[in-house]
Amino acid sequence: MGIDKEKVITANQLTKRFGDFTAVDAISFEVEKGEIFGFLGANGAGKTTAIRMLSGLSIPSDGEATVAGFDVYRQTEQIKRSIGYMSQKFSLYEDLTVRENIRFFAGIYGMSDQFIKDNTARLLHQLRLKEEENKLVKSLPLGWKQKLAFSVAIFHEPEIVFLDEPTGGVDPVTRREFWTMIYEAAESGITVFVTTHYMDEAEYCNRVSIMVDGRIDALDTPKNLKQQYEVGSMEDVFIKLARKATRAD
Amino acid sequence: MKQFISFVRKEFYHIFRDPRTMFILLGMPVILVVIFGFALTNEVKNADIAVFDQSKDEATSSLIAELQASRYFNIEKRLRSYQEVEEEFKKGNIKMAVVLPPNFGSDLLHLHNAQVQLIADASDPNVANTLTNYAAAVILDFQDRITDGRNLPYTITTQFRMLYNPQLKGAYSFVPGVMAMVLMLVCTMMTAITIVREKETGTMEVLLVSPVQPMKIVTAKAVPYLLLSLINIATILMLSYFVLDVPINGSLTLLVLQSILFTVTSLALGLLISAITDSQQTAMFISLTGMFLPALMLSGFMFPIENMPTILQLLSHLVPAKWYYIIVRSVMIKGVGMEAVWKETLILSGMLLFFLFMSIKKFKIRLA
Repeated sequence: MGIDKEKVITANQLTKRFGDFTAVDAISFEVEKGEIFGFLGANGAGKTTAIRMLSGLSIPSDGEATVAGFDVYRQTEQIKRSIGYMSQKFSLYEDLTVRENIRFFAGIYGMSDQFIKDNTARLLHQLRLKEEENKLVKSLPLGWKQKLAFSVAIFHEPEIVFLDEPTGGVDPVTRREFWTMIYEAAESGITVFVTTHYMDEAEYCNRVSIMVDGRIDALDTPKNLKQQYEVGSMEDVFIKLARKATRAD
Repeated sequence: MKQFISFVRKEFYHIFRDPRTMFILLGMPVILVVIFGFALTNEVKNADIAVFDQSKDEATSSLIAELQASRYFNIEKRLRSYQEVEEEFKKGNIKMAVVLPPNFGSDLLHLHNAQVQLIADASDPNVANTLTNYAAAVILDFQDRITDGRNLPYTITTQFRMLYNPQLKGAYSFVPGVMAMVLMLVCTMMTAITIVREKETGTMEVLLVSPVQPMKIVTAKAVPYLLLSLINIATILMLSYFVLDVPINGSLTLLVLQSILFTVTSLALGLLISAITDSQQTAMFISLTGMFLPALMLSGFMFPIENMPTILQLLSHLVPAKWYYIIVRSVMIKGVGMEAVWKETLILSGMLLFFLFMSIKKFKIRLA
């Protein structure tokens, strides 16, 4: 981690309270450009709330954060323009064709017709979906849908892409392919902020943070975390930390 | 603007690719007009009746001719005795009998008062009621004619006048009602469902994370339904004008403008429902039981509000469809202008602003 690397996400004591309940409790971290940042935690640990604050959907109760250099309190519009998002629920329109989905999402990000045309051709070729471009998305296998959803999420060339459990319910082969796509995106300079339930996927991340009860209890490379907790896998690291949790699901 | 067009185009894809939506949007209005116009109407045409004329004078024969000439009756049989009246009813040959007493003509001329007896088969009370009303109207017409210009003191004991609907056409009152129902169905229910569907499938999250402002998202969702509603308004008006012979007595422009006002109000209501619900089922349930049924029951179109208990009368004030129904009935059938419906227009506009304000507020709360 070079000192001169650009920080695309910074969070400092970022907090979100709902009444008496503190969903996110003063978390602090930084994410560098092109990094694959794993954001782990049990259900109810506060991951989703944190992502919502970072993507401009929810205003923090306290603390500071910037995303792509923009302030999460005042510059949510600019933040939204600089990020891509793919949620755990499937996020394309089933009753639109592959091409229509691409065109719609590119359209709402204000991409030009020429840009959409050129990049759609490239994308369809990459995903080997040229034959299926005019088929409804609901007719595609789940793995293809997920890969297409990811491609659509980064179609407008965002600085950061938030992936909220992107590989839920997908078979291991497709997960491998999906992670290949994530690596390619990271290499092209897109920062990837990913939450996952699969601990083997945590091993693929450059750095991993683990949230417990609204706080970040651990943050380091997978290798260092395993050393620190003296275990052989990220799964064991996670179990050691999650055992301390007091919040119910 | 480009974002907006992308959005509207996407909404049209959703609509055109879902047969159920297409059916509700375009098939339902036609079906409702046909059902209410032909099947559910109280109107009776060419009902078989019998006449028992005991007087057989000039007055009775011209009255009978008048009855025959009207499109409502077909004089199936001339009777010669009271006994026959009952026989014909029992055979089911006739629906009503007109009994003209002896000396009808001379009574009318000298006593200035003659009597007609109408006997109807009340096993179907609605038909019986309608038939006797029609006959009474024809007889009154006849009386008016013979007194006309001669200022003779013929006693007309029943004051019987049919305002705006001299032929007692059923279609007159239901067309405004069907318009209210269709617009309510299309705008409120379909808009609520389409927005809630995006919440269910998870695409709403993706849209909210995009740079499109939330209000733009919901407006773009409403636009196709507004356009399709305009088509529906045109369809219903044309069907009622050309097929059901309902006249448009007032200004067409005013009628269309008022319909747009009601459409937008219904859309705002749909947005409000979508803001407070998370599942399509709930949205549909609220739209149907909370909006559609009151529109049907409390707008005055099926059941007269004046006859309802006070509490229901008060409740009916909260139903937007009631005000729209009054406006359309006034403009379309009575032929009055804005000066007669400004109060209702104001109430509808107030409701529109209230729904918009509430849905924006609810929408913002959910985002925080």
